[in-house]
Amino acid sequence: MKVKVLSRNPDDYVRETKLDIQRVPRNYDPTLHPFEVTREYTRALNATKLERVFAKPFLASLDGHRDGVNCMAKHTKSLSTLLSGSCDGEVKVWNLTKHECVRTLQAHEGFVRGMVVRYCGASFFTVGDDKTIKQWKMEAMGYGEEEVPLNTILGKTVFTGLDHHQKDGVFATCGQQVDIWDEQRSSPIRSFTWGVDSFSCVRFNPVETELLGSCASDRSIVLYDMRESMPLKKVIMTMRSNTLCWNPMEAYYFTCSNEDYNLYTYDMRYLQRPVTVHMDHVSAVLDVDYSPTGKEFVSASFDKTVRIFLKDGGHSREVYHTKRMQHVICVKWSADSKYIMSGSDEMNIRLWKANAAEKLGVLAPRERQAANYSQKLKEKFQHHPQIRRIARHRHLPKNIYHQTKELRIMKEARSRKERNVRKHSKPGTIPVVSEKEKHVVTVVQ
Amino acid sequence: CEEQELNEADENITSEEEEYGCEDDRKRQKLLEAISALGGKRKKRLGERSEAAVQMSEFTVNAEGEGDKIDLSDLIGTMDKTPAISAKTKNRLRKLQKSKKTIECPLSKQETERIQRDVAFQKAATEVSRWDGIIKQNQRAEQLVFPVNQEPSGPKPMERVVTSWKAQTPLEQEIFALLSANKQPITDPILTPTETASLKAMSLEEAKIRRAELQKARALQSYYEAKARRERKIKSKKYHKVHNKDKRKVFLKQFDEMVKTDPAAALEELNKMELARMQERMSLKHQNSGKWAKSKAVMAKYDEGARKAMQQQLEVNKELTQKLITSLNNEEEEEGVDVEVMPDFVNDAEQGLDSSNPWMRGKLSEDHTEKEISDIVDLSAEGAGVAENTAEEEEDTEKVEETEEEALLREFDSRRKLRQAQEADVVPSAAEELDASDKEAEELTEFTSLFRGIAEQAEAAADASPSDTKTQLDEGLMRIKTLEDVELLSQEESAPEIASVQPQPSPATENLPHATQQGGKNRKRKRGIELKEVLTKETKVIQVPLAPTVEDKEDSDENLDQRGLIKEAFAGDDVISDFLRDKRKQEDAGKPKVVDLTLPGWGEWGGMGLKVSRNKRRRFRIKTAPPPPRKDERLPSVIISERKNSSISLHQVNSLPFPFENHSQFESIICSPVGRTWNTERTVKRVTKPKVVTRLGAIIEPMAREELMRDKNHGSAGNAK
Repeated sequence: MKVKVLSRNPDDYVRETKLDIQRVPRNYDPTLHPFEVTREYTRALNATKLERVFAKPFLASLDGHRDGVNCMAKHTKSLSTLLSGSCDGEVKVWNLTKHECVRTLQAHEGFVRGMVVRYCGASFFTVGDDKTIKQWKMEAMGYGEEEVPLNTILGKTVFTGLDHHQKDGVFATCGQQVDIWDEQRSSPIRSFTWGVDSFSCVRFNPVETELLGSCASDRSIVLYDMRESMPLKKVIMTMRSNTLCWNPMEAYYFTCSNEDYNLYTYDMRYLQRPVTVHMDHVSAVLDVDYSPTGKEFVSASFDKTVRIFLKDGGHSREVYHTKRMQHVICVKWSADSKYIMSGSDEMNIRLWKANAAEKLGVLAPRERQAANYSQKLKEKFQHHPQIRRIARHRHLPKNIYHQTKELRIMKEARSRKERNVRKHSKPGTIPVVSEKEKHVVTVVQ
Repeated sequence: CEEQELNEADENITSEEEEYGCEDDRKRQKLLEAISALGGKRKKRLGERSEAAVQMSEFTVNAEGEGDKIDLSDLIGTMDKTPAISAKTKNRLRKLQKSKKTIECPLSKQETERIQRDVAFQKAATEVSRWDGIIKQNQRAEQLVFPVNQEPSGPKPMERVVTSWKAQTPLEQEIFALLSANKQPITDPILTPTETASLKAMSLEEAKIRRAELQKARALQSYYEAKARRERKIKSKKYHKVHNKDKRKVFLKQFDEMVKTDPAAALEELNKMELARMQERMSLKHQNSGKWAKSKAVMAKYDEGARKAMQQQLEVNKELTQKLITSLNNEEEEEGVDVEVMPDFVNDAEQGLDSSNPWMRGKLSEDHTEKEISDIVDLSAEGAGVAENTAEEEEDTEKVEETEEEALLREFDSRRKLRQAQEADVVPSAAEELDASDKEAEELTEFTSLFRGIAEQAEAAADASPSDTKTQLDEGLMRIKTLEDVELLSQEESAPEIASVQPQPSPATENLPHATQQGGKNRKRKRGIELKEVLTKETKVIQVPLAPTVEDKEDSDENLDQRGLIKEAFAGDDVISDFLRDKRKQEDAGKPKVVDLTLPGWGEWGGMGLKVSRNKRRRFRIKTAPPPPRKDERLPSVIISERKNSSISLHQVNSLPFPFENHSQFESIICSPVGRTWNTERTVKRVTKPKVVTRLGAIIEPMAREELMRDKNHGSAGNAK
């Protein structure tokens, strides 16, 4: 009789070094691991709960301004540097890692309206209420030296916005008209007007670098091409747009923040109707900035909240607020897509995480795997009511909560009325207008 | 135009006559002037007209033909004369002359601007549309990695830098030619062939180490040799004997290793040994038959040392004649091994080894009687087996011990059974005294009868005489496995409160209906279920082999404690009866009910003491149809509920989510697990890949135009493939 003895090859269970993980042979026979759906569901539920537990997005508050923060600018080459301009004309340069101000300069009299860092990161431009454009060196002056701009251009009218070209020494300002400037000249190389008296924002397209977009006070958004002598097109909406931001990864999409509490994403080739209407704010939206990955954007609103939207999501995926944060005037998404900076009325700049529950810092491989797995599970079970309920639950300040409710009631009432009117009139006389079409008045060529 | 008008004015005049008429006119004018000049003062003329003109200049200067528009015909007239004009242009001009359209007046400023804007917009739109492909591709991509074109950090290898640079000046070219001629590396291999060869060769340190090793080995060898020489010179026999013995031991050890590592050499050694053995067996060298041995044998009576020496010789013989057992010839050895293999029932006993929960020990249906007998048989066989294993001298005593133990065990068992029987007799009387409320008792009998019905089918073979103590169930659902268990059992039995927890044995059932009839009063009684009645088979008591289960003393003590604790904690629980009650309740709930809808006084006389007529009652009593038979009807130990559980629906998706088109799609997504429990590592990695990957601390630049070019190249490459 032959006796069979258990024998295993040590290669199958002995690890090569003691730093390796213990080898665990596994049997994937499905009969040995039953209830896969229920088990994964439980895991997904736990992952969702933990995500909510770990969602602590607020990182730091940078204080030091003596007036509301009116504009901010990201450094193009350094992640840890942020520039901010306040309503008293002061510009501060911040070190984000140390949470401290490294430089302060009195740039303008009155508001600092706009600020932008040159593509090389060596200097930055500011415009202010004193009708000047100033160029400053990025390095701080030596001890005892006076802060003097590299260059000052005195304009005829007040400038309200500023943006720099992605690769050339060209920048654009807006005020009573949109001007394109060469850095070497003291007069604009091109001026665009189109029967509008003032503009609030001008932005270069980061991909098709010769295109520009601007928001005008006649409720319109105007597109330009730097190479042409004429503007390209404009769309007039029901209410005024405050700012506009191009998608950095998709050349023809831009999003504008509107006074009617909404944001609109447009395809610049088809301005007749926006691609998406992003709703959720309960007051005017003041600023918008895209994530550098082009997948999401962040918006700042007069209702004292910052919201994050998916680029094609009708509603926000996240809302940030604190008790002390007042009207948020400007917001920026950091260039590594991990952080969000918001500047608000009450003189503070706040640093937030872009993903509220994300662990910062280096992840161990197993940690990363676990995070990926739980993310996938959340995605897989996202339609299940319990998981959705937990994942979507957010705390809101009382007034915003009530305002949201009120707005919803108003909207329902309006749509009900429209329905009733349609019901009691001749068929076809009152057309159904979709939400997207409602907000566009005309497109002017 | 003018000419035409004139022509219209005097139609009857031909072109030649017209000219003539004009001249006439002029003459007449002059005449009139002359006449007017004759009379009175002369008027200052505004302008002198030498010929008739429709338009008059304000500067009183009139050029001839000023008012007229230049006609194409005027130009064409000279055309024929100039030879420089080509025939083509001539033709064109002629055609132009024939067509009599005017150029439209220019558009307004607004209009032109609008057109310009439109054109510019079209241009920009087409330019921007080039990105369509990339954008769509990125939207569909499973994973996007940012920054888009990452360059590996750290210093670049020299060759990569060099490849982009080419020798251009004549000097450079000359140098490169020289380099290539001498097999010097230019781009990819940084090292020359000789250099790589030298790298492959030994380094200096390595060589030094090697030399030191060799030196050491040589020294060791010389020491060893010296030692061996010294040892060979020793004359002491005893020394050599001991030495040889040691050597042999060492050799045996080595041989064992050799069997594993070098079987061929081992085989050779084995052969040698076999030969030595054969020689030993043939010779009488160590057989105590030599001269020396005989002399010693004489001395042995009186001398201890002599006796020892003889014994040693015999031992040597034994050692030498012993057959070597190795894995090489294990085929022959198998019988020997077989003896040690445990009988199968040992494994059976071990099954539920560490369940410390007493409730989990019983088996509801198991062929008890047969097993028990076989167990006992096994036990004795086992005992015998164990005894056989031991050395022959000890055999007898061992056997005695074993049988003693067994006898002890059996004694315990019989004693226990006796006690159970006694208790069984006692408990029903106690039950009578205490007794339960009638309803409960009835229920219980119902259960038991129900289960008896079910049991009867299965129980045909089993003898079910209630008085037979052998078939009775052990109290509690404890499985006994070790001696300690048995001891514990006896302890438990001595403790009265624990004994009361045990379910009553069979005689209770017999007395129960009797009891209920007797005591109609509502007295609370501890609800007990008659396991004997309810269960088709008895739980198995497994006797455990004595020898093989080796247990830690401490461990078993702990176990005891735990078991005792759990028993105490669940003292009041009667899980089985609870279960049966539950099942009964569920069955009752599913039974059809008769709904009585009769209203007294309707359709007939009403009042005190009047009965509702039978006819009416029959009409208004509604019987619902009986439900389909329950699935667990014939399964005594299961409850199968077919009701929909509303608590689950809280967790279920109630409508098909957006991107899915039908239920099967969604279900397939949900049903395919992602975790590592169900998938291989690689699959998990692939499936759980994040959609967007960003690097910590890396600036993500906006999409660059170069990306477009790259995409185009890729596209063409893809097409080529």
